[in-house]
Amino acid sequence: MRFVLFVAFRYLRDARGQTALILAAVSVGVAVIVFLSALINGLQSSLIDKTLGSQSHITLRVPRETPRPLVDATPERAIARQVQVAPERLRSIDQWPAVVASLARLEGVTAVSPMVTGAGTAVRGEAKRPITVRGIEPELFRRIIDVPRRMVAGRFDPGGGSVAIGSVLAADLGVGLGDTVRIVTAEGVSDVVRISGVFSLGNMGVDKTWVLTSLRHAQSLFALAGGVTGLELKVGDVFEADAVADEAQRRTGLAAESWMRVNAELLVGLSAQSSSKTMIQFFVVVAVALGIASVLIVSVVQKSREIGILRAFGTPARRILAIFLTEGAVLGLVGSFFGSALGTLLARFFETVARNPDGGPKFPVVLDVPLYVSASLLATVVGLAAAVAPALRASRLDPATAIGNG
Amino acid sequence: MAETPPLLEVVDVVKEYGESVRTAALRGVSLTLHAGEMAALIGPSGSGKSTLLHLIGLLDRPTAGSLRLNGQDPTTLSEPALAALRGRSLGFVFQFHHLLPAFTALENVMLPAFGDEGRLSAETRARATALLTAVGLEEKLHARANQLSGGQKQRVAIARALSRNPPLVLADEPTGNLDTVASHEVFELMRRFHRERGVTFLVVTHDPRIADRCDRVIEIVDGRIARDERR
Repeated sequence: MRFVLFVAFRYLRDARGQTALILAAVSVGVAVIVFLSALINGLQSSLIDKTLGSQSHITLRVPRETPRPLVDATPERAIARQVQVAPERLRSIDQWPAVVASLARLEGVTAVSPMVTGAGTAVRGEAKRPITVRGIEPELFRRIIDVPRRMVAGRFDPGGGSVAIGSVLAADLGVGLGDTVRIVTAEGVSDVVRISGVFSLGNMGVDKTWVLTSLRHAQSLFALAGGVTGLELKVGDVFEADAVADEAQRRTGLAAESWMRVNAELLVGLSAQSSSKTMIQFFVVVAVALGIASVLIVSVVQKSREIGILRAFGTPARRILAIFLTEGAVLGLVGSFFGSALGTLLARFFETVARNPDGGPKFPVVLDVPLYVSASLLATVVGLAAAVAPALRASRLDPATAIGNG
Repeated sequence: MAETPPLLEVVDVVKEYGESVRTAALRGVSLTLHAGEMAALIGPSGSGKSTLLHLIGLLDRPTAGSLRLNGQDPTTLSEPALAALRGRSLGFVFQFHHLLPAFTALENVMLPAFGDEGRLSAETRARATALLTAVGLEEKLHARANQLSGGQKQRVAIARALSRNPPLVLADEPTGNLDTVASHEVFELMRRFHRERGVTFLVVTHDPRIADRCDRVIEIVDGRIARDERR
C-alpha cells in the first residue's frame, strides 16, 4: 500500500460529510455536462442527418461558362466593355467514367454516383407541376441518399419507364402507385412514365419536385446521350466535406460544392449551439473546481496540525502535496462516475418523455463512449487542478508553526 | 562518556524573532548531549525551552551559532534533507499527544516510517506492533485516538517517537496534560526505554518531580543556560 493513497483515502473516508457533499456537487456538475452534451449532440446529429438525408455531401458540376472578350484592350486602345452572361445550358462532364474512377480513389470518399439533372413539368390531366428530373444509377445513388429506407409506397426501382416521385408531388398531382404521368423537360422532350414508388425525404423542396428516373432515361429526356451533368459524392467524415470538395475540384477541374457551403447558415447555427454548450460547460467546470478547491482548503486548514506532525516525523513535502492532489483527483474521478450515471438517466428520461406524434423522440440524445471518457477526464483534471493550491499550501506548512498553532 | 563524540552539540546558539523589533528568545546557548543520557530541560515559562527544543528538533533554524546532530550540521541541509535527517534521527513526544485522529494506534505508530519510505513494509508493521506491546497497548492496536485515555494516548505517542529507532527523543512537557497517576506511568515508561534500550531523552518539564528523576538537569533562564547538573 502506498502512503499517499493510504492517507488520502483515509482522510476522504474520515471526513464523510464533506466528501459526500463535494461528491454530490461534482456529480451534479458532471451530470449537467453529460446531459447537455447528449442533448445538443443529439439535436445536432439529428439536424445533420435530416439535412444530409436529401442531399449528397459533395456535388461536382461543369463550371459555369465565363464570357470571353472578343477584342482585348491594348496600351494604345481602350475598350468600353459590356459583359452579357450567357444562359446556362445543360452540358455533360467530359470523360465522366474516368473522372468517377479518379474520385472513387480520393481519400475520404466512400461513394460516387453520376447523375443527369434538369428542370421539367409533370402533367396529369389538368394538373401541372414544375419538377426536377434526376437520372441516376439506383444502386450507386442509394449509397449517396438512402431512398429505399424513405419509401412511403412502392419500390425504389426506377428504370424501364417507371419512376419514383416525392410524396408531396404525388399528392399535388393526385397520383399513386401504378398511375402514369407525362413529363415534359425544358429541352422540349416529352414522355409518359409509370409511378413505381413514392418517397418522402423529409425536405419539402425535394418531396415536392423530385422525380427519380434511370440515368439512361434522363439522358434521353435531356438530349444528353451518354453524358452526365453532375457527380455526387459521399464522404466518411461529413465535416471533412469542404476539404474533400476542394481536393476534388483541384483534381478534376469541375466546380465542387460541399453540403457545408450549401448549408452555411445551418453550420453557423450549430456552431452557435456548440458555443453555448461550451460556455455552460465552462461555468459548470468553474463551479465544480471552486467546490473541490474550497473543501480541500478547509481540509488543509483543519488538518494543518496533523500535516505538521507528519512533516516533523520526516514525511517529505512532496508526499504531503501528493496526498491532497490525490484527494482532488479521486473526488473528480468518483464524482464523474456518479455524474455520468445521473446524466445518462436524465438524458434517457428526457428522450422517453418528450415524444413526437409519430412516436419518435422529440429530443434525440447521443450518449457515446467518447462523451463519458471526456467527462471523466475533465472532472479528474479539474479535481486535480483545483487541488493544486490547497496541496501547495499543505506542503509548505512550517511544521513548528503548524504544531504550535494547530 | 566525555570521550565519545556527543550526540548533540549546540554552540552559542542565538534565536531572534521579529522584523523591525528583534526579540531574542535564546541568547547564546551552548550544551552537549551524549548518547544514553536522560536530561531534563527546565525553566520558567518564556525562558526559551520550547525554542531550544524546536532548534534541536530541526523544526526551526538558529539566527546565529551552530548545531550538530549525530555529527551532521543541519544548517547546511536543504529542506528535504532536513526532513529526512529529522525522520531518522529524532523522535518527538508532545504535551498534547498529537495523534492523528483518522488513524488507529497501530497506524499512528507506523506513520513516521511509512511516510518517509512511501510504502508500508512488514518490518514497519512488526516494529510498531512490538512497540505498542512494549507500552502495554497490545489490546488497543486498532483503537482510534478518541477511544483511548489520556495516558494511553501518550503511550502511543512514545511508541510513535521510538518507531524509527532514533538516537534522540525530544519530549516537550510529555506529562503536562496528565493526572498524577498517568503522569507517573508515562514517565516510568520513558525511563524504562532509557534504561533497557539506551534511548537518549531530552525532556522539557515544569514538574520538579520529573526533573529530579532525570540523570541531568539543564535550567534555562532568559534565554541562557543558568544551571547544568549531572547526577
